[in-house]
Formats: sequence, C-alpha cells, structure tokens
Amino acid sequence: MSTPADAVVEPGAASRPAVAPAPRGRRFNRAVREAGLGYLLLLPAFLIFAVFIFYPFFRNFYLGFFSTPPFPGQPKNYVGLDQYKDVLTSSEFLDSLKVTVIFAVITVPVGIALGILLAVLAHQKLKGVAIYRAFFSSTVATSIAVASVIFGTLLSPQVGLLQGIQTEPSILQNPDPIINISLPVIRSFIPSVALTAVAVTTIWQNLGLSFILMSAGLQAVPDELQEAAEIDGAGPWRRFWNVTLPLLSPTIFFAFVVGSIFAFQTFGQIDLLTPRGGPLKTTNVLTYYIYDQLQFSKNDGKAAVLAIALFGVTLLLTLIQFQFLERRVSYER
Amino acid sequence: MSVEPIALRGTELSGKAGTEVEAARPGKRGRRVRIFGRYVALSVLAFVVLFPIYITIVNSLLQPSQIAAKSPTFFPTSPQWHTYSDAWTDGHLASYLRNSFIQTGLIVAGQLVTSILAGYAFAFLRFPFKRTLFVVFLATLMVPFEITIITNLQTVSNTLNVYDNLGNTLGTFAALAVPFLATGFGAFLLRQTFLQLPKDLQDAAKLDGYGHLRFLTRVAVPLARPTIAALAVFSFLSAWNQYLWPLLVTRDDQLRTVQIGLKQLRATNIDQVNVTFAGTVLAFIPLVILLLIFQKQLVRGLTAGAVKG
Amino acid sequence: MPVGGVPILTADQPGRADEEIVGRVTIRGVSKRFADVTAVDHLTLEVADEEFLVLLGPSGCGKSTALRMIAGLEEPTEGTIEIGDREVNDVEAKDRDVAMVFQSYALYPHMTVRRNVEFPLKTRRVAADERNRMVQEAAGILGLEDLLDRKPAQLSGGQRQRVALARAIVRRPQAFLMDEPLSNLDAKLRVQTRAELVELRRRLRATIVYVTHDQVEAMTMGDRIAILDHGVLQQVGAPQDVYARPANLFVARFIGNPPMNTVTGDVTRVDGGVGVQIPGSVVELPGALGAAVERRALERVVLGVRPEDLTLADGGPIKATVSVIESLGHERHVICRLEDGQLIIVRQAANVPPPAEESEIGLAADAARLHVFDAESEQRVDA
Repeated sequence: MSTPADAVVEPGAASRPAVAPAPRGRRFNRAVREAGLGYLLLLPAFLIFAVFIFYPFFRNFYLGFFSTPPFPGQPKNYVGLDQYKDVLTSSEFLDSLKVTVIFAVITVPVGIALGILLAVLAHQKLKGVAIYRAFFSSTVATSIAVASVIFGTLLSPQVGLLQGIQTEPSILQNPDPIINISLPVIRSFIPSVALTAVAVTTIWQNLGLSFILMSAGLQAVPDELQEAAEIDGAGPWRRFWNVTLPLLSPTIFFAFVVGSIFAFQTFGQIDLLTPRGGPLKTTNVLTYYIYDQLQFSKNDGKAAVLAIALFGVTLLLTLIQFQFLERRVSYER
Repeated sequence: MSVEPIALRGTELSGKAGTEVEAARPGKRGRRVRIFGRYVALSVLAFVVLFPIYITIVNSLLQPSQIAAKSPTFFPTSPQWHTYSDAWTDGHLASYLRNSFIQTGLIVAGQLVTSILAGYAFAFLRFPFKRTLFVVFLATLMVPFEITIITNLQTVSNTLNVYDNLGNTLGTFAALAVPFLATGFGAFLLRQTFLQLPKDLQDAAKLDGYGHLRFLTRVAVPLARPTIAALAVFSFLSAWNQYLWPLLVTRDDQLRTVQIGLKQLRATNIDQVNVTFAGTVLAFIPLVILLLIFQKQLVRGLTAGAVKG
Repeated sequence: MPVGGVPILTADQPGRADEEIVGRVTIRGVSKRFADVTAVDHLTLEVADEEFLVLLGPSGCGKSTALRMIAGLEEPTEGTIEIGDREVNDVEAKDRDVAMVFQSYALYPHMTVRRNVEFPLKTRRVAADERNRMVQEAAGILGLEDLLDRKPAQLSGGQRQRVALARAIVRRPQAFLMDEPLSNLDAKLRVQTRAELVELRRRLRATIVYVTHDQVEAMTMGDRIAILDHGVLQQVGAPQDVYARPANLFVARFIGNPPMNTVTGDVTRVDGGVGVQIPGSVVELPGALGAAVERRALERVVLGVRPEDLTLADGGPIKATVSVIESLGHERHVICRLEDGQLIIVRQAANVPPPAEESEIGLAADAARLHVFDAESEQRVDA
C-alpha cells in the first residue's frame, strides 16, 4: 500500500494546467471500447443463436442429402437432391401438406371471427362486463396439454360426454369426412371428423388469445368515431361493418399472419389427441410427419427435407398474405 | 361560398329517410330489453367458453363409474377429493409442475437478460455492422422450430452429451432451457423500448458521470419495466407451452414438464379418469393465478406489435 | 334575424306558424351524476328555433356533458330533453335528428371525404343520385369540391374541420351540436374559421348549440350565451347583456379580456351616500346603487369595474401606483397596484401619453359602470 508520502509528485504538476491529450487517440480509444462493449453485450444471445439456430438451419439442408436405410446400424448414404425430389413428390407428403393446410384454413379464420365476436360483445359499457372479459380470456391459462387432455377425455368413447349419442368409431378415431360429398376431387379436401375435432380443440384453446388480441385492437378504435356514426344514423350492425371492422383490419391482418404461422406449427394437440397421425393419417400434419420420421422411423434425412418444406410453405404463405391481404387493410396512414 | 340561403330541415329527404326519423320511439322498456339481450348473449358465450373447464372440474370430483355412465353428471354430490392428492403424489403432478417451473423460470430469466443486454447494445452503443447484426437477430424469428430440432437433438445428446457430462437432472434441464435462452423478439422489443426513452436522460446521465453499466441498471431498466414485464409474461407462456422439444429431450419420467406429464398421467390412469382430470385442473390453476395477477402485462405482451400505439 | 313564423323551406315561401318549434331544443331540470361527481346540476335552458346558443365555461364545467345529453350520447340522471316538439329522453341518438361536430372532428379515417360526408345519408337509405346531389351541394357550400376523393389523413386541420361540418349539414338536421370545433386550429385559422362559421350559420338558419371555453368565440358568435360553472348555470343572456350586467362574480371575471377588476371592501358612509372602502381609498357609489346596497344591509361587497371604464385622472378617487405598462400597439394596459398590492388594470388609448412607471396616480371610474357584488353570495346587486 503506497502512502501519500510515497506518491511521486512531479514538480509543478499542481500548477500546470491539464493538457488536452492528442484528440484522435482518445476518441479512437473510446470508440473501440464502446464497440467492444457492444459486441460483449450481444455475445450471449449471439452464441445461443449461432449454436441452436444458424448452425442447425444450414446443416438441415446438408442433412437432406443423406438417406437413412431402413435397417438400424447401417451408415447413411449420400443421395444428394434425389431425396429432396422423392420426398417432396411423394403422396404421403402431399397428403400431409393437404391436411396441414385444411387444418389452418379451419382454425385461423374461425378463431379470428370468434375472437372478434367476443371482443365486440365484451367491449360494451355494461355493468359487470369485466367478469365476462375475464371469462373470455380464461383459455389463455389452458396450455396445450390441458386443453387436449380435457377435450380428448371428453370426446373419448368410454368416458366422454357423448357416449349416449356417439356411434362407432369415436370422434377422434373417425376418418370419415365431416360432410359427405361424392365428388372425389372435392371430397379429398373435406376434413375428417377427427381433424375437425382437433381443430375445435385448437380453436377453443386459442379463444382467450384471440379475444385479448381483438380487444386490444378494438381499444384503438376511438369511441368518438362510434359516437359520430351513431349520430349519423348508423345502427349497430352498420357501425360494426363500416366503422369498427375497417379500423380493426390491421389487427386482423396481424392475427391472420401470425395465426397461420402458428397453425402450421401445431403439434401438441395432434400428438395428444390423435397419436400416430390419426385415423388413416387424416390428422398427419407436417409437424407430426416430421416428428414421426424422427422418433419412430429414425429417418433424419427425410425429416430434414420435410422441415425445409414446412419452412418454405410457411414463408410462401406469409408472403402471399402480405401481397394480397394487406391491400385490404386500411391503415390510418 | 355562395350567399343564397339554403333550404333546411328534415322532410326533404326522399324515400324511407323521413319515416326513419319519426318512427323510433322505443321507450324505456325497449332499452331495457336491449340491455337484457346483451347480457344474455354474453352469458351464453361465457357458458360455451367455460363449459369444458367446468365439466373438467366436476369430473375430477366424480367417481369413475359416474363418469363412464351413459348419462353425464353435472354436479358432484359426493366429491372425491382424493383425486387431487392422488394426482399430486402418485400422478407425479408435484414433480411435473416443479419441472415446468424450473424449465420456464430458466428460459424466462435467460431471455430477459439476453434481451436486455442486446436491446441496450442496439439502442445506445455504436459499433460496426450494428445494422447487419440487428437484421440477423430478427432473422432468427423466421426460422421455424422444426428445422432446428433435428440438429439440436444431435447437438444436445451426442455432441455435447449433456446427459453423461452433467448428469441426468442437470443435463435434462440444460437441454430444456439452453437453446431458448435468447430470443430475437425480445431483443427487438427492448431495443424499441430503449429507443423511446427521452434522449435527455442519456445526456443527463453522462453529465452525472454514469457509465454504461450504471445507466443500464439504474435508469434504462427501471424505466423499461412495463415492457420487460410484458416480455416476461410472453416468454413464460411460450416456454410453459412447449411440447415437442421437451417430448424429445426428457428421458426420465421424473423430469418431465407438465405438458408431457399430463400425457403420461392420462396413460397410467385409464380407469381412473377422475385423477387425470384432477391433474389437469392442478396444471391449470398456477397459470390462472399468475395471469390474474399479471393481466395488464399479459395484454401488453401479447399485443406488442399487433396494435398501433 | 327573423324569428317566429319563419319559412323553413325557402326565403319566399310563406311558413306555417307551428314550424317555429321544429328546431327548438329544451332542457328541463337536467342533471347528470357520475358516481360522486355531479357534472350537470339541474340545468334548464331553452334554445329557440334558429338560435345560436353558446354553452360557455371553464373546463370541467359540464358544458360538453350537457351537449352530449342533447345528442343522446349520455343519459340524463334526471330531467327531460326535448327536441322539436317531442321528448327525446328515450330516443336513441341516431333517431334524434341532430348533427354533431366533434372537437377532434371524428372523421372516418379509412373513408374518402365523399364517403365521410355521404355516410349519414347512406345510413338513412337515401337513393344514390339524391345522395350525390346533396353531397355535392354540401361540398360546394364548404369549398370541398376538389377534396372529395382524398382521405382525412391527407387534409390539413382546417380542411378536416370543413369535412366535419359538411357531414353535419348534408343531412339538414333539426339542430347542430358543436363541441369546441375551433379549439384544434391555430390562432390565425381560428379567426378565419370563426367568420366562416358565422356566415354559414346565416345561410343555414339552423338551431345551433355551441360549446366552448373561449369567451371571444362566445361573444362574437352567439345570440345568447349560457355560462356554466361546476355544472350549475350561472347566467344566460345576449352577449352584451352578459358583458354589461354579469349576474355574479364568476361571470364578471370570466367574461372580458382583460378581466374585470374586482376588489373586496367594507361598506361605509360617504357624504350622506354609500361608499366602499378599498385599500387606500373610498369609492362612492351612485345614488340608486348605494341605496340598493343599503337596503340589503350589506357590510362587505366586491366592487367591480372593467379596465376600459377606468381612467387615469389626477385627483381621482382610487389611489394606486403604476406598476407595469403593457403596450399592445393599438392600446395600452396600465397595471397598477393598490395600497395593499392588489392589481388594477386600466385600459388606455395608445395616443394618450402614458404615465410614468412607479408614479402615484389617481383612477376615476365611470359611475354608471360600477358593478357591486355581495361579498358573501357573490351575486350582483342591482339598483
């Protein structure tokens, strides 16, 4: 420990005015330190991304080049783009894609419409409406497993609620199309009973979220506009259609885009309600198909190709939505 | 503007317009009927939404025979409270819930920390390639989970071999949490929030001699608290609801999260359906409590980006 | 302004006598309570057909609430509202045949100007060609012909306000309700728009209920002004009446810029007459006014005199010291202090030589323009 007496004191130091250091050097130093700090702060996140997102993303393409032989223990062989071609043109893949799309087509618009309905009804100034708002939001607290187990058990033939009215096979094992149409082309696009049941579960589980989202969007519609419309002579339906809905359209658009992305990534409900792809694979959405290949067939290569397909389809859908749907959105620009 | 006096008032409008003006005199009774009608609509919808939850709670207190009976029972006359203790202990719900909380807690903590740090860097610091790096961070949101799981699975079990190196428990939790400790969404959100802080604050802090670390902890973070809370809720819900990854990555039944655990519970209690229902209710309650407390943050977290202003 | 037996359709057609109640708005004993706050307290007002009535008062005085009750956007806690010849308490806003111009215009942001203006007609199922004609007419009156296909976001504040007005007039309602329509405009635009509104009003010959906190608007535009404070009606009357004979201290201080000088003082006897002792001087009250004060046995009163009714006069009864001289170009405000420091403002013409700062001067008041208010009840004392 140095004592003050030890400190070297330059003669005349106290009286000499502080000299400004060479400006460039100091500034450069500071810039370097700031940049260093910046990179340091980004490092943790970046590391995680690098290891668990970027690396797998690129490696996935590479994995698709290798096909796994049906017998375990044998090494993979390089087949290049052939695997891509084979998998993406297989009927299994196309069926799975079809199921995924149908599932999204059912769950997303219905979910949004119901959310709007609940939000509009709960937006009124009634006494005690806060309780109803709490009720409508409650399904946010149901996680995937909770919702699926509830519906799965309620719909099961042994202990479910529909025992009196249900006939064989049970709802979740019913591969028949929900509406019977004889034309085979159209028939292949009708969802099965099982898929519809899974869709209903998903819609119910997402109701809380949809309600909250639409309610928030509704808040952004100024009350004054509703009042002006009322004075202008618009009844409740016209007010909704001409004033509320257009101003809600940015939120609806957001819900569509994000909702579709999530719909394409649905997995939990499928696994819990209709394991192994459901009756006649009618609930074999792409995510489940991938899981199936990974877990049971141990076919990494094929799963990788399917994953890329899923990514591609999602991206394409999002772009299409931005291109065509956004035109109908009225921004307050 | 021309100066002619304009014809004014009412009866000029053609068609039904005139009648509409005079017609409506619903009176007090009409208004009451309308309000009553609205309550009816709300109640019907509330019933539809809550019915599955209600019936689950009821069924958790019934005997299996009652549940399996053809005609459903809607109110438990002799509630079977034991189902809850059964689910808790034998059904391992206690462990499942504990595991979920640990997994989710780790992920939320990690995401908050990395997002705050990254958001701060993007908002307040200058360094080369900042814009590129930001775009890269955002791009991570585009990559769907399905593409990364294949490799991540291999990374975790083979390359890093967490199970052997860290032991089963620590390894499983590491595998569950580490890949999700950062999120582009969080970094983006915090960056926007920090950017909205008044510039004067930074200048004042500089004059007061605050370094970056102190500015971050004493000024930026406290002021960004609402957004951070919202992010926490959002992260919590995402992490809690994870299904595929925990399914692939937990090998030990004791270490399963509640999502997978419920699946297990259902499988082992085929004839004790009431216990399964009790387990479901137990898994539902913590979230309900949390969300009741953090309602405002929940709304903000879910709608960040969706709604203007 | 023509009143009574007014033809409503065109200027030449003979009118029917009972048409004059068509545009009348009557508020009887209306109160509005929110939880523990009384926004409007037993308000009774009658707006005659084609009258321009201004609801004036500071923020929070209940004027907007009253307007919204007339519109049907709020329900009165008690009292009745009549529009035309019918009671409308139970009639919905859309059926009341009134039009409203909101402070923030409330234009539908996603619709063009044309669609905005025709909206009230569409909701009433007016046929398309009739609709177009009326929209064109309204647009013509307000100079919006070139803007019909633009959206509100592309318009300036003044233009948006005109669109709001066009939307209101297109329907030819019985009454117009305006909620501070000028307050979002900058000062210069406000003056211009005020003049345009007055011209428009002359052409429309409509009943207008107009809410504002700006007394200049009230004074220049209204046929009558109703002043509200904390939900209670203070005074209603023509602008000149309200200005010359404010009913209480609140009105006296609210109307007039610069505001009326008010000084509290004790009543004393002066030379056989009645006077008021203010700091440093005694002001004698003119005979009739003094007698009225005496009759009511008032001991303490508030003396009020407007800045333009005071003159600087050596030997004037009010002793004051010149504090600040504000020169406004066209006139001068001489701010003086009484013995105890209270401020008195005097208005002086610009071509008169100003007093010296810090000088002690005397002020004389026009005896006919003295106002006296009971210090306790704050009510006006009339001769």
